[in-house]
Amino acid sequence: MRFSGLRVLKEGLTGNRGWTPHWRDPEPKSEYDILIIGGGGHGLSTAYYLARKHGLRNIAVLEKGYIGGGNVGRNTTIVRANYFLPGNSEFYSHSLKLWEGLEQDLNYNVMHSQRGIINLFHSDGQRDAAARRGNAMINQGDDAELLDRDGVRRFAPYLDFENLRFPIYGGLYHKRGGTARHDAVAWGYARGADSRGVDLIQNCEVTGIDIEGGAVQGVQTTRGAIRASKVGIVVAGRSSQVAAMAGMRLPVESHVLQAFVTEGLKPVVDQVITFGMGHFYISQSDKGGLVFGGDIDMYASYAARGNLPAVEHVMEAGMALMPMIGKAKVLRSWGGIMDMTPDGSPIIDRTGIEGLFLNCGWNYGGFKAVPASGDCFAHLMATGRPHPVATGFRLDRFRTGHGILDEEGTGAQHNLH
Amino acid sequence: MRITCPICGERDRREFYYRGAALDRPDPEAGQEAWDDYVYLRDNPAGRTRDLWYHDAGCGSWLVVERDTVSHAILNVALALDADA
Amino acid sequence: MRVAGKGLLDRSSSVPFTFDGVRYAGLEGDTLASALLANDVLLVGRSFKYHRPRGILTAGSEEPNALVTTGRGAGRDPNVRATVQELYEGLEARSQNRWPSLRFDAMAINDLAAPFLGAGFYYKTFMWPRAFWEKIYEPVIRRAAGLGALSGIANADRYERAHAFCDVLIVGAGPAGLMAALVAGRAGADVIVADEDFRPGGRLLAENDSIDGMSGSAWVQGVQSELAAMDNVRLMTRTTVVGAYDQGTYGALERVGHHRAHRPEGLPLECFWRIVAKRTVLAAGALERPVAFRDNDRPGIMMAGAVRAYLNRWGVSPGKAVTVFANSDDGHRTARDLLEAGVHVAGVIDSRPDAPKAADFAVYRGAQVCGSSGRRGLESITIRTLSGEQRVQSDCLAMSGGWNPTLHLTCHMGGRPRWSPDIAAFVPVEGAVPGMVAAGACNGAFSTAACLQEGVRAGREVLSQLGLAAPDVELPVADDAEAGLQPLWAVPGKGRAWLDFQNDVTVKDVNQAAAENFHSVEHMKRYTTQGMATDQGKNSNVGALAVLADATGRSIPETGTTTFRPPYSPVAIAALGAGAQDKGFAPERFTTSHKASVERGAPMIEAGLWYRPSYFPAPGETTWRQSCDREVGMVRQAVGICDVSTLGKIDIQGADAGAFLDFVYANTFSTLKVGRVRYGLMLREDGFVMDDGTTARLGECHYLMTTTTAAAGEVMRHLEHVHQLLRPELDVAFASVTEQWAQFAVAGPKSRALLDSVLDAPLDPVEWPFMACGPVSVMGVNGRLFRISFSGEHAYELAVPARYGDSLFRMLVARAEALGGGPYGMEALNVLRIEKGFITHAEIHGRTTAFDIGMERMVATRKDCIGKVLSQRPGLLDPSRERLVGLRPVGAVKQMVSGAHLFEADAEAVRQNDQGYVTSVCYSPTMGQMLGLGFLKGGPDRYGETVRMVDHLRGIETLCVVVNPVFFDPEGGRVRG
Repeated sequence: MRFSGLRVLKEGLTGNRGWTPHWRDPEPKSEYDILIIGGGGHGLSTAYYLARKHGLRNIAVLEKGYIGGGNVGRNTTIVRANYFLPGNSEFYSHSLKLWEGLEQDLNYNVMHSQRGIINLFHSDGQRDAAARRGNAMINQGDDAELLDRDGVRRFAPYLDFENLRFPIYGGLYHKRGGTARHDAVAWGYARGADSRGVDLIQNCEVTGIDIEGGAVQGVQTTRGAIRASKVGIVVAGRSSQVAAMAGMRLPVESHVLQAFVTEGLKPVVDQVITFGMGHFYISQSDKGGLVFGGDIDMYASYAARGNLPAVEHVMEAGMALMPMIGKAKVLRSWGGIMDMTPDGSPIIDRTGIEGLFLNCGWNYGGFKAVPASGDCFAHLMATGRPHPVATGFRLDRFRTGHGILDEEGTGAQHNLH
Repeated sequence: MRITCPICGERDRREFYYRGAALDRPDPEAGQEAWDDYVYLRDNPAGRTRDLWYHDAGCGSWLVVERDTVSHAILNVALALDADA
Repeated sequence: MRVAGKGLLDRSSSVPFTFDGVRYAGLEGDTLASALLANDVLLVGRSFKYHRPRGILTAGSEEPNALVTTGRGAGRDPNVRATVQELYEGLEARSQNRWPSLRFDAMAINDLAAPFLGAGFYYKTFMWPRAFWEKIYEPVIRRAAGLGALSGIANADRYERAHAFCDVLIVGAGPAGLMAALVAGRAGADVIVADEDFRPGGRLLAENDSIDGMSGSAWVQGVQSELAAMDNVRLMTRTTVVGAYDQGTYGALERVGHHRAHRPEGLPLECFWRIVAKRTVLAAGALERPVAFRDNDRPGIMMAGAVRAYLNRWGVSPGKAVTVFANSDDGHRTARDLLEAGVHVAGVIDSRPDAPKAADFAVYRGAQVCGSSGRRGLESITIRTLSGEQRVQSDCLAMSGGWNPTLHLTCHMGGRPRWSPDIAAFVPVEGAVPGMVAAGACNGAFSTAACLQEGVRAGREVLSQLGLAAPDVELPVADDAEAGLQPLWAVPGKGRAWLDFQNDVTVKDVNQAAAENFHSVEHMKRYTTQGMATDQGKNSNVGALAVLADATGRSIPETGTTTFRPPYSPVAIAALGAGAQDKGFAPERFTTSHKASVERGAPMIEAGLWYRPSYFPAPGETTWRQSCDREVGMVRQAVGICDVSTLGKIDIQGADAGAFLDFVYANTFSTLKVGRVRYGLMLREDGFVMDDGTTARLGECHYLMTTTTAAAGEVMRHLEHVHQLLRPELDVAFASVTEQWAQFAVAGPKSRALLDSVLDAPLDPVEWPFMACGPVSVMGVNGRLFRISFSGEHAYELAVPARYGDSLFRMLVARAEALGGGPYGMEALNVLRIEKGFITHAEIHGRTTAFDIGMERMVATRKDCIGKVLSQRPGLLDPSRERLVGLRPVGAVKQMVSGAHLFEADAEAVRQNDQGYVTSVCYSPTMGQMLGLGFLKGGPDRYGETVRMVDHLRGIETLCVVVNPVFFDPEGGRVRG
């Protein structure tokens, strides 16, 4: 079924009885050409691009719960291409371009909203770092603008320009950055993949990976064994456990990142604002809730929930930066489990096992990467070669020391990010 | 989250700095793989784990904490100086 | 309408307030909701999507409809529950999300368009043309959405945070909680009882039941007095426990000032508590659930329990001809209470075919309400019986679909509640939150007697876990009847039947979601927004789950469960982040020279948590550059004074101190002579540079390490880590002494002359060569002197105990001025170091290796040290890495900027051609031109090459020649001279 305003009109006039399932619920077959473990944003987009760009059809996505139930459904929805290290910048640039055509491509309104992002800076040194980043963005062909204090004030007059502990010197403005409706991204890709023949198998947990003679043969699941000669692991949050089924240890530690939404409010925050000194970022959803978050709780965790010190730190940052949000009331908090890599950058690569591919390590920045991650992983799985914009995401970069992608510069070791 | 420091008693998580998995530093000659294992690769268990915390706002002790990463239960806390970390 | 003889109110009072500008009066003890009902105000809000007229639904914090805005200016408070807000004199409340007025809301047109605005319609449209989303669709949607509005003005109210500790935290002061409190209190345990209401008692205040022959409220008062007399019990009203966290930590919000017309100075509006409890009794009660039927959202349709609460506690009847719709004995109970108060009961519609009959009111057994009418308030309901449908005039319908235990806190740590078919509700699972015991209605025990009994049981249980003896407590006598509920979730039929009142989610929406294969509860919720409103599904989640189960042909437990995340009820950001506004966000650290610097007009800038002077303006100087150039010249030609106390100082002592330093530094320190200083490079274990600084050997077993300002804490932690975990056998100990010493750089050709004037003994040039250190006496004060230099000049750093810092700084500056010098700030310090090619965190930015900064030979080969092994990885020694170089402008443009990128002179400025970047630049008054430091692929191999520096952001392109980063005095003659 093709979605359009006309369709909504027609269905509305006929009692909304004509709507059909967004996707099927097929029984798993005993064999596929390609298995994608993980029905989150990255897994679904991988399946979608395998079908759409590479013409492959005999694909299954295996999801232990419900599709889109992982981090794609629990994030702060920010979409941006403001990375500066070669290896990162071309990838996120590619991703943003895919976002810009995503609704038309998927025939699904993911509400990609290019409302602009302002990364604030608070010292001369931070301005220099922001300038280096902004210049790299322009070198890459993306947009960036260096705002001075008054420039920031024009966008966000409600920030504390008078008494903030770390005064606002200016901001790096990324006009094409913004937000999207997170769940819709998962559903749009799911629907797109399903309509191209991909089997989305929910409530199907992978319990083992079958390997013979150094090559993958298929997987064991709670719904039986499934054979395939190509298997992609795309299970951020559980990467270490699934990789362990193939005898691998990963450069990943799992951490919880909390996020928050307030009660609905009339429009007040028009851009995405980030406050690096406070690890704070905020935007306002179309529904009116302020959506914001901060740093990880800083202890390894699989609990998908956090503790008060991190909660309060986020609120402190919010109150420091924009004290007009004080009477906004936090409605809900939630936690996602992040694959944290030592350098804060992801892995999209082959493994030492023939036919087994790995996509993981998205740290706390996976949402914006969903389109390019799927595109690049699909490219790698279909062709055996890394996609030109994702050559930097090698699994062996830590062992060799080549191409470590420490975007934050906090040190490419665990727990420094 | 609260951790019982063997020296200071039960304290709030705010007083502690988290470092990560408690692992033995390899010999300098142990080879590339051992060092890759030590600095980068992690078991990252969903369940019981041993990790290092520093009582930053307290006595300055490094602690080996046995925890459950799923339930957040703290199972044991020992001074790193005493533990065979 | 106020009812005579009922309610816990001060009937003699009169509390004036306004709603939407209209003046009304209520009584002391009223909430805004009860006062509005007493004044016959039924229409109080509009729904989120269809802007349907809405009235008060509940009598508690779960209220989805009656949300108002209070306060003015910075005090404006949106989305305040009228059911929670206590009435006070002069309260101004305004309805929200309507235009131009509550009665005539233009957006109510959405209700007519409802067929096109069903579940998830927005995912299917607004896609064309692409540019319209940001320009048209989204702005329109954003303006229409949202509830109340923030003022946009910085918060001006006081909020606080506090800690509390107890043996037993009791959440809820209803019958179960109060009994648990009596048990724990009498046993001598430290007890905190927290209740969200302003008056303890819970449902006992709302029902007509008697306990031990007394009214509920009288019994509560007795218990309250006993508890008040116990020093070990603290009863916190207006305090909602909002979150359960690890190891017995709870978050609780106390509303301290919202009920006061005038707040005494210093009293906060709210206080956010972190309560650490050894054990917790959850006695949070239960929430009544609506029944979905056509047009069940009209003002006048209320929860039956709320109708009884308004009647019994607030002496208000929400209607003149009340009907009751229920699936349990609560229907009869409501009717009896109304009749007793003299309110006309127009009928009880009891969905149970075997419902009891009644003599004094009409009972429609086995019947259902299947519709309602009335424009802005209920006028009549339609009843469907076996014999057909009939209309009954009624201005208030009290509905009850049963009760859901308030088990929210048991879900906060991942616990999933269990379906109990007996009561058709979810109940908590034991152990869902470690240390927490559920008791009473929140545990599925609904009768008053059962609640009292469960309270005692839970009290005893936690006491025994705490090893305390349980006292004897007599169980009060109370009603023990079961309600005989038969589940009823949704009345079948045409039209829209509301589940989530605020978000306008109807049974149709859930059915459509199911038809579109959103079968998982999580999918259904996210697709329809069911449960995402300000009540977080407290009223509607279970009902919606039942409808989804029905639509997908599964049982409720098969379909899923409900879960809740913190906070239980919304908490203001200002409370959670109290104290962080203005400068409160991070500590402020001040050097001993701060006051003197400010007195001299120096702008103070943030350096980590510290404040340091940017420059010291002299008379006549109008720009920072003038001051900076002068200060640089002063240091190069005479002498300058700079406070360097912010650098981290770590005192290291022990027989193995040298060996220890050899292990933490890449270079060697055990060979350093006593009385000498050495530059040290510290690596992380991954081989990248962690920090640098100088370390002095003050004695055989005594070193003093200097760290950069930013890394002081990190280095201290690192040293402890290395010692306690990796080198415990070494005899060494450390202490941070950063704050114990005030330290000043005395730099320039006249530095020795200046020092000779303040030291008790003149400096012997032979004993004080470059990199010497030792004790000195400064006008009788024991100090330390280090002959080190960050400017490239003959220079010293003089340290004295911090209490002498202020006077020493003033004296040094005065003496320097007499010699043609003076103080210098961070700007000049930066220029001086760039001229010498010295690096700071601009260069050591976490991604830098020793090799990148030309220091790879400092990594000693004959010893192990932190970072040594991994620093030898091929990727860290790759000659094509970006490595440190100096840059001088050579073309027509002389401007340089940090953050610019480097390209070959004729290459296009795109990523593929990127050769590096500029980290630090300055105008060098010494060299008469701009200078830059940067990182360039191949680095030192490219000295002499011309590259192009490009800054797109600021539109600057400059040709630069690549040079050695030491621009000034490369031989180092000045520093030794």
